[in-house]
Amino acid sequence: MTTSTLDSQSFSANAPGPQGLLTVQNLHKLFPVGGTPTHPKQLHAVDGVNFSIGEGESVGLVGESGCGKSTLIRLITRLLDPTDGQIWFNQELISPISSRHFSQHPMRSQLQMVFQDPTDSLNPRYTAFDTITEPLKRLGNMRDRQALRDRASELAELVGLPSELLPRFPHQLSGGQKARVGIARAIALNPKLLILDEPTSALDVSVQAIILHLLADLKQRLGMSYLFVSHDLNVVRLLCDRVLVMYLGKIVEVGTASEIFTQARHPYTQALVDAIPSFESKPKTLALTGEPRSPINPDPQVCRLVGRCPQAGDRCHQDMPELVAIAPKHHVACHWVTDPAFTSTT
Amino acid sequence: MTILSIRDLSVEFRTRSGVVKALEHVSFAVNAGETVGIVGESGSGKSVMAFTLMGILDRAGEVTAGTAHFSPNGEETYDLLKTPEKVLRTLRGKELSMIFQNPRTALNPIRRVGKQIEDVLRCHANLPQTQLKPRALELLASVRIPDPEQRYGAYPYELSGGLCQRIMIALALACSPKLLIADEPTTGLDVTTQATVMNVLRELSVQHQMATVLITHDLALASEYCDRIVVMHAGHVVESAPTHQLFTSPLHPYTAKLIAATPEPHKGFADLLPILGNLPDLRSLTLPPCRFSARCDRHTEVCDQPPLQRGWINDDHFVACWHPLDKPLSTPEATVQSA
Repeated sequence: MTTSTLDSQSFSANAPGPQGLLTVQNLHKLFPVGGTPTHPKQLHAVDGVNFSIGEGESVGLVGESGCGKSTLIRLITRLLDPTDGQIWFNQELISPISSRHFSQHPMRSQLQMVFQDPTDSLNPRYTAFDTITEPLKRLGNMRDRQALRDRASELAELVGLPSELLPRFPHQLSGGQKARVGIARAIALNPKLLILDEPTSALDVSVQAIILHLLADLKQRLGMSYLFVSHDLNVVRLLCDRVLVMYLGKIVEVGTASEIFTQARHPYTQALVDAIPSFESKPKTLALTGEPRSPINPDPQVCRLVGRCPQAGDRCHQDMPELVAIAPKHHVACHWVTDPAFTSTT
Repeated sequence: MTILSIRDLSVEFRTRSGVVKALEHVSFAVNAGETVGIVGESGSGKSVMAFTLMGILDRAGEVTAGTAHFSPNGEETYDLLKTPEKVLRTLRGKELSMIFQNPRTALNPIRRVGKQIEDVLRCHANLPQTQLKPRALELLASVRIPDPEQRYGAYPYELSGGLCQRIMIALALACSPKLLIADEPTTGLDVTTQATVMNVLRELSVQHQMATVLITHDLALASEYCDRIVVMHAGHVVESAPTHQLFTSPLHPYTAKLIAATPEPHKGFADLLPILGNLPDLRSLTLPPCRFSARCDRHTEVCDQPPLQRGWINDDHFVACWHPLDKPLSTPEATVQSA
């Protein structure tokens, strides 16, 4: 029933069932935002998303704020229940487990997250040691004090946190050190998949470079997969094998990092790549103007980029584009790219 | 024409754990129509400087030395550090205005955004009551807010971050100020919105010959929109030069390291070099003359002896370093010192 909405040639992960480490199929999340019982108003935060992440692969997720990135990762980490669709993790279907029960589920330890702001995501009354050992106690069933102490100093060494800082509280640590504590907590249970929500956006460039090197190093040593959410495309390019570009609840382009940065095809991706500031380049002439369309009860037939897209044509108002493969690992959802008979009206 | 000229500005904060020397001998100038970028890590004193100029420094802060001459029209000159609060109130919002870092906390949450713009106009613009609303709508349109009529009646919480930021800009530019201080105007915005906001700022600064001080930690952004860049580290100006010169031939080791640490489209992972170490504790009584010395790989004994070497390489390139990168490390003084 879920495959009916999928374009058969569009996605290698279309066969029902799990592929790789994480498979997301036809995932929807609608939030009710008022209206009447007969005409409910619903915000389509995630609208029919499909993708998969292989073992040891790192995938970037980019898109502007409000496009549904955070909702998508909350669905995957099972902090929110999806409206429709399946999430397979490690060959097991985890989407039917309610978010209330998932916090005690054995799968929780395999799927961990590093949060955006290292200051806000640490308990101010927990020392670094408490924070790092909390998941070991709750999910890892470790009770022995000496074992906890050994594991904490092992983790601290792994993330490059001097072990004399373990008894300190968050306010006694610098930004980079807090980021390391957050990472140590996330990898404490040897997860298979680490979800990183803008892990460096609150850090200075000097520290950002250190943390990026640390993340690349940890991935190699521990063999984890990453789902890396960011709006800094320069950072995504450095750390990711594949990039998903999201716009208003839909994935509009998927490709290898180098393809996305050098041969982006979707008008939105092109605008995104163009807008990256770089040294000594000219101020940007913007491809996208206007404001995004409302995500509340969007017309299912109209492409979400209509109104901002420089290439929009008649077909974009009548037919929502689906992801279509244009190269073995490169999928685009845009008529302008995939329809040879397409003419833009602007 | 020089709009703002800061000389030798020093600011200290008195705290329970000691005196924090937040700014020391900061000097730079901004001309009409020019955009000067102030870059540096957090904690380097960028925002303290902005607050000092606006006269809204925290009460624990004290200006211990220096002048900040502000001449909005070439006739009168005010020293912003000594101007009485009464006069400052007539200047702020009119000749001198500021865009704050976080628009959501800077805007009044319980007042419609259109009314907030009218408040500024009512104070400074000398417009008849009937002209206030049309002018406010005009301002909303000038910062590319779609459908200004409708947004006029919105509260800040109803608007996206990008729109709030543009409301802040409209507020700051309501009376065509001569000097705009933009403190991280685009943090928290997406790259596409960031480009829109920066383009609006740039256009308006050209139109009104407005001098702009752009405070940012994003070196790449500064390089795109600024004519000149001042690099700050731990309360010191370490280098200041025209943008092109600064990026092609940085002289201070810190500038070079900042450039190397910034991810860029053509840079691979191996080219991304972190800056090791932290900013020194500014409360310390034994701060070295060069506050970068502990993180610097060109540090020699001469660096530890006061005063700090400050010099102009040419008319518009300033650097505060004994061993700038255009000279080989073994200068005669250094060899004498080490011998």
